[in-house]
Amino acid sequence: MTTRIERHHYDVVVIGAGGAGLRAAIEARLAGKRTAIISKSLFGKAHTVMAEGGAAAAMGNVNSRDNWMVHFRDTMRGGKFLNNFRMAELHAKEAPERIWELETYGALFDRTKDGKISQRNFGGHEYPRLAHVGDRTGLELIRTLQQKIVSLQQEDFAETGNYEAKIRVFAETTITELLLDGDRIAGAFGYYRESGEFILLEAPAVVLATGGVGRSYKVTSNSWEYTGDGHALALRAGATLINMEFLQFHPTGMVWPPSVKGILVTESVRGDGGVLRNSDGKRFMFDYVPDVFRKQYAETEEEADRWYTDPDNNRRPPELLPRDEVARAINSEVKAGRGTPAGGVYLDVSSRMPAEVIIRRLPSMHHQFKELADVDITKEPMEVGPTCHYVMGGVEVEPDSTAAFGRVAGLFAAGEVSGGMHGSNRLGGNSLSDLLVFGKRAGEHAASYADGLSRRPKVSTADVEAAVDTALAPLQRQSGENPYTLQQDLQAVMGDLVGIIRRAGELTDALKRLQELKLRVANVGATGGRRYNPGWHLAIDLRNMLIVSECTAKAALEREESRGGHTREDYPAMDPQWRRVNLVCSLDDDGDVHLERKPLPTMRPELIGLFDRAELAKYLTDDELAGFDALAETEAK
Amino acid sequence: MGTKRHFRVWRGDSAGGEIQDYDVEVNEGEVVLDIIHRLQATQAPDLACRWNCKAGKCGSCSMEINGMPRLGCMTRMSTFEEQETVTITPLRTFPVIRDLVTDVTFNYQKARETPAFAPPAGVAPGQYRMQQVDVERSQEFRKCIECFLCQNTCHVVRDHEENKNAFSGPRVFIRAAELDMHPLDARSDRKEHAQAHQGLGYCNITKCCTEVCPEHIKITDNAIIPMKERVVDRRFDPLVWLGRKIFRRDELENQPAHTAAGPGSGSMAPSTSTGVTGVAAGTPFSSARQPEGPPVRSDGRMDVAEMVLPHQGGPSPFGDDQNFPLPPGHFTYNHPAPEKDDKH
Repeated sequence: MTTRIERHHYDVVVIGAGGAGLRAAIEARLAGKRTAIISKSLFGKAHTVMAEGGAAAAMGNVNSRDNWMVHFRDTMRGGKFLNNFRMAELHAKEAPERIWELETYGALFDRTKDGKISQRNFGGHEYPRLAHVGDRTGLELIRTLQQKIVSLQQEDFAETGNYEAKIRVFAETTITELLLDGDRIAGAFGYYRESGEFILLEAPAVVLATGGVGRSYKVTSNSWEYTGDGHALALRAGATLINMEFLQFHPTGMVWPPSVKGILVTESVRGDGGVLRNSDGKRFMFDYVPDVFRKQYAETEEEADRWYTDPDNNRRPPELLPRDEVARAINSEVKAGRGTPAGGVYLDVSSRMPAEVIIRRLPSMHHQFKELADVDITKEPMEVGPTCHYVMGGVEVEPDSTAAFGRVAGLFAAGEVSGGMHGSNRLGGNSLSDLLVFGKRAGEHAASYADGLSRRPKVSTADVEAAVDTALAPLQRQSGENPYTLQQDLQAVMGDLVGIIRRAGELTDALKRLQELKLRVANVGATGGRRYNPGWHLAIDLRNMLIVSECTAKAALEREESRGGHTREDYPAMDPQWRRVNLVCSLDDDGDVHLERKPLPTMRPELIGLFDRAELAKYLTDDELAGFDALAETEAK
Repeated sequence: MGTKRHFRVWRGDSAGGEIQDYDVEVNEGEVVLDIIHRLQATQAPDLACRWNCKAGKCGSCSMEINGMPRLGCMTRMSTFEEQETVTITPLRTFPVIRDLVTDVTFNYQKARETPAFAPPAGVAPGQYRMQQVDVERSQEFRKCIECFLCQNTCHVVRDHEENKNAFSGPRVFIRAAELDMHPLDARSDRKEHAQAHQGLGYCNITKCCTEVCPEHIKITDNAIIPMKERVVDRRFDPLVWLGRKIFRRDELENQPAHTAAGPGSGSMAPSTSTGVTGVAAGTPFSSARQPEGPPVRSDGRMDVAEMVLPHQGGPSPFGDDQNFPLPPGHFTYNHPAPEKDDKH
């Protein structure tokens, strides 16, 4: 069969048109490279728009004591010291410049009284640090970068008469395969979603900026695009993934009705008097207070209720336990069969406060659920459960250049698809600044890598033919299994067995089920033709979701401790020995996931010197602490 | 748990198509986009529909629901009557790709022709100083999620392919207004440009765009009217205005834009000489629908009392007796596809 393939030549291909991808493309174009941007959706629709809080950057506009060192400390603390220290350092140092740069592109952040960029407080940040625009900072970021790209295209038009002379956006295009010449990137192969036609982009450098993996979970705030494409492309090209066991879940996301499934219910709902009940109507959190917290939390409903008005003489209600405790409790109730039909529990404020108080205290929550779901939180309880919304793990990169580790050259990664920066847990606001800082670096280094090549790598015809066959396979199995059913089954495995609280037995079970799913996915079919066929697109994406899910499950089983976004019920404590270990996934020759342990890089003396010994003692092993003391001693002399 | 409800969904592609009937389970609290997803998962795996965030933030799932341009993720099933049939059709103003997916290139093309933000000379990054009160006006327009419902609704281009060339549409006007009101933008000709090259004058302020905006941006009141007023401020003084009242139209030298498109004439020069997108690609600029002025008397003169006419600007293309949303059920839908006629 002959298939028409549209061919293009570029210097840098950026896969992903969210914040990181667009920032990388701008930098590559500014370096004079012919740059292609691959967008799975329309230009400007990226998932970055969902970010509400802001972009963290230590500009010190609101509190002048803030600086990069404080930001660095907060980031390391948030990630429980598993972060790649160099990435956290670069991020903290460069974030302010990246934000200021956006203003020269036309961004309009909220202002302080003296006309500077306003900054807001956020969990885990010591000072007000998040540059923001109301609650739509992500949208502002995407629009600003999108418009900067248009402005660069206008410059090119003025010069050459062609808007797309140097930078072109391939909207609604999916890349299914990276093509190699030996161990060097030679190009990328994919299809136009609109027409189903194939496209081959020959380029020596590829930047991955494809975002996360949340679509493999039953309850997620992520969009359909988040199928782990970049993670899987990197693995298949010979790169490695780290920290894949770390996923960020929120304990109370909506699970019902479907129109708001995955949307987060802010913790202040519980702080203001919201209580959690199971399907028997029981306020179950009292059964889940761990011994270490026993003294601070109320033992009876009466005492808990008095706390809201008289916090000095009463103990806190157990609904206000830390996030992971709440999540664990919800998880246990659901697994014991006391959950709601949709697999959550009830979060009730309606029976606790008069309607006008709820509306006054939680105006945006009330409005959001009224508008999106016609749920009146003043009249009925909400159905909530743990929701997946960010993956800390990703492509293992060299911090300064964002070049992927492993056996492939010419591959770069930035944003959520890259790993290491956030360690085991990401602070709110650090993702928007992360994608600007490392997006820029990725574009810059991809451009200079392309410059340094003496010969352009060549795409081999056989590889292209293989890619075509793989992409078309589902369409040739019109009677194969329904991709939507397979996706639901995968989501069930990941949501139920590799979710927020993990156990060895369940993880082993999950790995077995993923193997079964692998066989079924190999037989997935798609009805209809190639023109804008979502069933076919999903059938192709499933392969990526599966392989990334396997990495997560394997790493989660291996890491026998609880840290940040990885909670093992059978190993509830953080273990300093495990802090020294990164889990690295790669693909072996048979296409199976191979997991290995790799030591964490050692922090430079002047960076570790930024922390108190008392704080470090919580994270470091005795050996490491002895090293720290020796260091402090030489310093003192 | 759920009840079966009747849906009619337009299926087809650029070669044509028709409305197909489906009975789908609907559960409490669902939105139209949930129903489309269920359709895909159960009955029509290849049903094409754009979506992303499912929370009203990305503007991907634009469609026409019972004739009303809306976001699928923001249209709750509970807003319909229990037995009501829900009819879902693609955006009418843009060429169909397949099913509910249309080719919205037009909007990106027009955005690209809008001059970008011009940074102030000599102000280093980090030195930008603006007051909150001054950025708020532009911030309203930057809320835009680019769902293009305003573009789809605007009757200057809805069913008037020939106007697409000279008319950029409400989305682009709020972008122009945003930059015009940006405290530090270095260009001072945003309004003139909007008038001369983007067809601002075609807008006759029927406010349809404002009505469909899911972000509740006051497109007409806060962007288009101020842009028009300022243009008027500059271009006309009262004597000129009076002249236009007294003289016959053919005695006036300042004709509507499309007839005098020379540079510097202050007219709405089309930005390119041919149509840019989809069915309009290559279509020569046409003046089939000109900017509509007020009615004239039999002697060719305008009534000085034009201000008291019942309608501001031209009549609605849907007719004055048409209310939205259209009654559900059996209205027909043919996606405009001019090239189909050419084949015969």
